[in-house]
Amino acid sequence: MEATQETEKTALSAADFEPAGQEEKAYMVKMRPQTTAFQDGMRRLRKNKVAMVSFIIIVLITIAALVIPIFWPYQYESMLGMTPGKPVDPSFQNLSPFSYSTTEQARIAAGEKVFPHIFGTDASGRDYFIRVVYGTRISLAVGFFASLIVLVIGLLVGSVSGYVGGKVDLMIMRIVDIIYSLPDMLMVILLATVLKTAIGDSLEGTVLARIGSNIISLFIVFALLYWVSMARLVRGQILSLREQEYVLAAKAAGARGGWVIRRHLIPNCVSVIVISTALQIPNAIFTESYLSFLGLGVNAPMPSLGSLASDALNGINSYPYRLVIPALVISLIVLSLNLFGDGLRDAFDPKLNG
Amino acid sequence: MNAKTIKYIVKRILLAIFTVWVVITVTFFIMHAVPGGPFTSEKAVSPAVQKAMEAKYGLDKPLFVQYTTYLTDVLQFKFGPSLKQRGRMVIDIIADGMKTSIKLGLIAAFLALIIGVVLGAFAALRRNTVLDRVIMVITTAFVSMPSFIMGSLLLILFAIKTHVFPANGSTAAGLVLPVITLMLYPMSYITRLTRSSMLDVLGQDYIRTAKAKGVSGGRIIFGHALKNALIPVITYFGPMLAYIVTGSLVVEQIFAVQGIGRSYVSSITNRDYTMIMGTTIVLATLIVVMNLVSDILYKVVDPRITLE
Repeated sequence: MEATQETEKTALSAADFEPAGQEEKAYMVKMRPQTTAFQDGMRRLRKNKVAMVSFIIIVLITIAALVIPIFWPYQYESMLGMTPGKPVDPSFQNLSPFSYSTTEQARIAAGEKVFPHIFGTDASGRDYFIRVVYGTRISLAVGFFASLIVLVIGLLVGSVSGYVGGKVDLMIMRIVDIIYSLPDMLMVILLATVLKTAIGDSLEGTVLARIGSNIISLFIVFALLYWVSMARLVRGQILSLREQEYVLAAKAAGARGGWVIRRHLIPNCVSVIVISTALQIPNAIFTESYLSFLGLGVNAPMPSLGSLASDALNGINSYPYRLVIPALVISLIVLSLNLFGDGLRDAFDPKLNG
Repeated sequence: MNAKTIKYIVKRILLAIFTVWVVITVTFFIMHAVPGGPFTSEKAVSPAVQKAMEAKYGLDKPLFVQYTTYLTDVLQFKFGPSLKQRGRMVIDIIADGMKTSIKLGLIAAFLALIIGVVLGAFAALRRNTVLDRVIMVITTAFVSMPSFIMGSLLLILFAIKTHVFPANGSTAAGLVLPVITLMLYPMSYITRLTRSSMLDVLGQDYIRTAKAKGVSGGRIIFGHALKNALIPVITYFGPMLAYIVTGSLVVEQIFAVQGIGRSYVSSITNRDYTMIMGTTIVLATLIVVMNLVSDILYKVVDPRITLE
């Protein structure tokens, strides 16, 4: 305090000609601590009740899908009442919710505790609740990984196209145009139909066989067709961000390439990319359930929400709840993911209102 | 129309033709990637019969020759005979199915457009009221519901539980539920689209000018606002057709409608390769053409729009 007052009185002291310390330098480049963009967005997101409720629903469903199969006494593929060497016990088949087969009733009468079949069993005597849980797990996993594939390919192609520019950009963009104008669903069906036969045999005995040729072909289809919008988006972002005034200002102030990329391009790109990846997940779940419904989805006995709904269509007169349950779960997942994605978009990127 | 618009249209048409060519080519080569070729059946055939079959369909010729003959055939709509439905040509099966499917699709598209625009305009004019909220919540729910789920739920509610409509779609009354199923998603989408573009237009200066000049409310809404707000809806024509086509695959399955979607799905499960090829090409061309038309229409209606 005294020192400053003194310098005000006298003109300048030698201390004023000391080179600036790190602290002072940092004070000069203080560009509105970069926490603002993220924290601002988070604050806006937290205020958005619809988005937060959707987020909680997604988290709950995901945790349930991951945790429940660990301790549930029934397995998704085990047909109850079918023990090798013994005649099939048909009383296990087509149980209505919370009812028990004759053997189970006998065990209850004997004082044993039998875990209830919350959603009953299906025509093969499989516990329907665990099938729905497992189907949810599959659908979520497919949605997540398909979006990841789309993200990686789109990011790569888009950034190459944007950075390199020129003829490479032109060529990539023409290819993108054509793939974009292809009727995607028809191509998906075509590819899924053929890939199922084409790669089905070569998968035998590998780890991938467990996932099933249909899911693999679904991923291939996503890798082939769905990256285009992501590539377009990334390219557009990079092209426009490169020309922004603040990039020019940073450059003029002496910032190097690495600084510009780390501090300006990436933070500004990330929100858009994350948001559109988030919105891609429900899309992938949609596609998977659609293909499963047409019989091009997961391989039996593995369930997915779409294949459960499709199987339920056969017994719709007697067991409509078997269709309603997976239908509600899919709708809930897709709706919450969409609403949460919209919330993310509103919170982090008000410019992007497509 | 200025030179720039014409140049755009020409470019767009060329892209569409190229896309159709890509579809045809991709279909051809994908079908050839099937192990054993498209004509292997489950039944064991003697080598002589297999040879004769391949000779009949030209499968013994080099791939490129096969491709060119295939290409010229496709351009004349010759898709050959169905492999599973004996004695029927693919094109006849497609034409048969199209009659029902086009009827279904057109009614659904028409209703979606009318109801969607009306609801969207209402929501925009009554912004932030209960009516607006209700419309938005309902349309958001519909947009998040896959068509097969919508169809199945409608089937349970109106055909199985209450018998309001027949579950089988072969009669006229039976088409009500399939039409509603197909309609709800595009309707909701159009509602949201109209609402946001209507809100955008209502904030424009020329609306304020019209109000200041003393133009009546009705004239502003219909003459100024709605007319301009509808332009973005045109861009949705192409995607709407694509949705209706893919939606009809499951909807016709659920309600047992004898349309092209149903025969396409059964050709997939039967591995009827000529049917799959033919139907894919016809439907894909339809979608590409519709996208082309809606893009051009959009450009012609509003010359201010500059598309790349």
